[in-house]
Amino acid sequence: MTPPTQAAQPSSLSPRPALWKRLLDSRFTPPVFITLILLIGNLSFGILESYQKTLLAIATAMVAEMMLGKIFTGKWPHPASAYITGISVGILLRSPAFWPYALCAALSIASKYTLRVRGRHIFNPSNFGICAMLFLASESVAGLSIQWGNNLASLIVIWVLGALILWRAKRFQITATYVISFFLLALLRAHITGDPWQSEVSPITGPEYQLFMFFMITDPRTTLKSWKGQCVVAVAIAVVEMLLRLDQSVYAPLYALFVVGPPALLIEMYLDARRKRRIATVQALRPEMAQ
Amino acid sequence: MKRGPVAHIVLWIAFLAMLATPAVMRYLAAKKASAQTSDAGCQSALSRYGFCFTEVSQQAGIHFVHDPPLLDAKLSGIMPEIASMGASVSIVDFDRDGWPDIYVTNSRIGSKNHLYRNNHDGTFTDVAAQLGIADVNQPGTGVSMGAVWGDYDNDGYEDLFLIKWGKPMLFHNDHGHGFTDVTAQAGLPPWINANAATWLDYDGDGKLDLFVAGYYPETVNLWHLENTRMMPNSFEYANNGGRKYLFHNLGNGHFEEVSEKVGIKSRRWALACAAADLRGTGYPDLFVANDYGVSELYLNNHGHFIEAGAQTGVGFAPKSGMNTAFGDIFNQGKYSIYVSNISEEGVLIQGNNLWVPQDGKTLHYENLARDLGVELGGWSFGAQFGDLNNDGTLDLYLENGYISLSKTKSYWYDFSKVAGGNSSIISDAAHWPAFDGRSLSGYQQKKVWINDGAGKFIDVAQAVGVTDRNDGRSVALADLWNTGALDAVVANQGGPLLIYKNETAPGNDWIEFNLAGTKSNASAIGAQVTLYWNGQQQVQAVTGGSGFASENDRRVHFGLGKHPQLQKAVIHWPSGAVQTLDSLTPNQCIHVKEPA
Repeated sequence: MTPPTQAAQPSSLSPRPALWKRLLDSRFTPPVFITLILLIGNLSFGILESYQKTLLAIATAMVAEMMLGKIFTGKWPHPASAYITGISVGILLRSPAFWPYALCAALSIASKYTLRVRGRHIFNPSNFGICAMLFLASESVAGLSIQWGNNLASLIVIWVLGALILWRAKRFQITATYVISFFLLALLRAHITGDPWQSEVSPITGPEYQLFMFFMITDPRTTLKSWKGQCVVAVAIAVVEMLLRLDQSVYAPLYALFVVGPPALLIEMYLDARRKRRIATVQALRPEMAQ
Repeated sequence: MKRGPVAHIVLWIAFLAMLATPAVMRYLAAKKASAQTSDAGCQSALSRYGFCFTEVSQQAGIHFVHDPPLLDAKLSGIMPEIASMGASVSIVDFDRDGWPDIYVTNSRIGSKNHLYRNNHDGTFTDVAAQLGIADVNQPGTGVSMGAVWGDYDNDGYEDLFLIKWGKPMLFHNDHGHGFTDVTAQAGLPPWINANAATWLDYDGDGKLDLFVAGYYPETVNLWHLENTRMMPNSFEYANNGGRKYLFHNLGNGHFEEVSEKVGIKSRRWALACAAADLRGTGYPDLFVANDYGVSELYLNNHGHFIEAGAQTGVGFAPKSGMNTAFGDIFNQGKYSIYVSNISEEGVLIQGNNLWVPQDGKTLHYENLARDLGVELGGWSFGAQFGDLNNDGTLDLYLENGYISLSKTKSYWYDFSKVAGGNSSIISDAAHWPAFDGRSLSGYQQKKVWINDGAGKFIDVAQAVGVTDRNDGRSVALADLWNTGALDAVVANQGGPLLIYKNETAPGNDWIEFNLAGTKSNASAIGAQVTLYWNGQQQVQAVTGGSGFASENDRRVHFGLGKHPQLQKAVIHWPSGAVQTLDSLTPNQCIHVKEPA
């Protein structure tokens, strides 16, 4: 996951914003937020099997990012993105062994530098890494499923804070669209399966979704540029997730993002390129027409 | 991306290698497991591992099949999950003939429990009805979940406490000729929904007390539910379970409930408990394994308990505790504690815990289950330590398998869908999708881990003949035929009672101790035997219930390996007396009476 950064940085000529606004706008805000979730969760509920595994994932992600960034771009990359990738792996992946944490973090970062189209990575890094591990190493790993508190207060705090940060980052519409879609489709699923509607709504009240909604699907590097496109993709993810859920896929949201995210980006790139070609053609024709 | 094609090729090779890593790890693990667990017959097992099990229940005349509970129709959709416990086995020599007998519980209203008397010839005869402890699952009284035996009145005969979802029952053993229901005189509460209990003398007064750990709240009648909001309010941090009871033995057939007075106050969902003197204080500490949460360790300070789970390391990460067993696995004179949890490939990997005490001034445990190879056991339930091949180190027998219904359809998706949700959703049974005949971690291979003495346990279950795939719950170890080998008796939920007769390879010696207290309680529960031989030591405790809903043979059994040089046995009695036995000879059961 890459932090949902502010789209436009404040001009140096603008009045200096309040401290809380600067903190919220900072690129460090998402890492601080996710670290707080981790610390509060672990200190109050013991959500982690051990700090060492999470630290291993973070360290691996950051080292891989620094090395690959320097080698392939010539610059030292900002550590925030790799930090969030590592910490997400540390929270979302569950394994009694250490090696899956290191491997998943390394795979996540490596995907940024391998699976690229026109200079842009097309998978959300931690989504790619975790899905790869769940596909390929299911005997050794599981996803975060029930390891979290189930009380309403912590849920509300995380949702409010997450929504606030996303609002400031101008990405709230993605999460809001997804949540509304999820709820509507949960009712549809309940109608189809005959299961209690509460059981279909239940997953979104759990921990996996808090990270998924606030960090994964809002990743600026792997989401579309247009507001409308972002909302369409959020709906598409929810629809694919519903289909996967009807097939009883435990990790439906993660797989849905894995399936929907890259094609959406590729379509956007194709449309962008076509638009640029048209503009170029029009601009090329204009002098001729003027003559 | 500034670098040229060579750097990109190298990166891609590394990327593909990382993607291939899980497959390589899986191949290596499968190769290792295949070499360890291949079923090559009993002779091969004897020569490779030093023992072999043969399932002999039918030959022994035991045809028992457990009947699971059938509860309120409001729970019908998820009945397999709610009614998933009740099969239990405990070993007792109820008639003091020197041969272990077997008591098994049944869990359907109207079903009968069985007491199998050992006929000394390889067969057993059910005498429960004749002795008055069969018809204990009558309408309106709930059903049996387990049984623990202890001589509460010190008359030399083991009495029976019946753990129930319903009315708990205490039966006095009338010198092996019958049992009298003394529940009313004892002053037990009218209803407890418990799965775990253990006898212990917590205050060292020479009389056995009784700890009972509730699972569902005691206000819930599972046959007549007021509403369906009776599920845990969290799958990790639930605190709406049954209360705990410590019944202090007043010595006149009466018990006084003192749990809060002595510092035990918890509403976690307990599934297993056991007591032993973990710190050498002379008082038994109490370990409670909780479902839907962390374990609790109650340290006993002269009869007052302090919960020290978090402080000692065993009570921090919440899991699904279903077993408590003590074992000196390194022959260092210290108990490790084995707690079983859930592991399901690709869905939920909690891993079982093997809590090993660390060196230091204060008691602190580290989970070494992974390092020692006893972490992954499926949906694990009962487990017991015992030296199965008499090589001088304690092995581990684990039962597992939760709900075996359809072989092709799984409930795991629906389980994970609801289990991670908000408490208001998961705590109501009406919100859970129906099972519809699906399995949940069913048909699992059992684990028989042998201790190689060098810090590793190796699963040999298939190779030594433990090949059943029932929904195992409770396992008890006992030298049923006085041959010097620990046999295993397994109670399966909705399945047959299995008796795995153990044949050990010639050469390894053994010794057993049968203790009788005088100043201490007559059952000698809480006594510790430390055996010294060949320059090493191993400690074992007499417990009043351990594992999951089970109780091992009262006699403690030590494997000695080949040509042992026995030095001494030191017995720490609950009264504080210390007795040393010299001039020990292997391959016999030594009867020891506490010095007056």
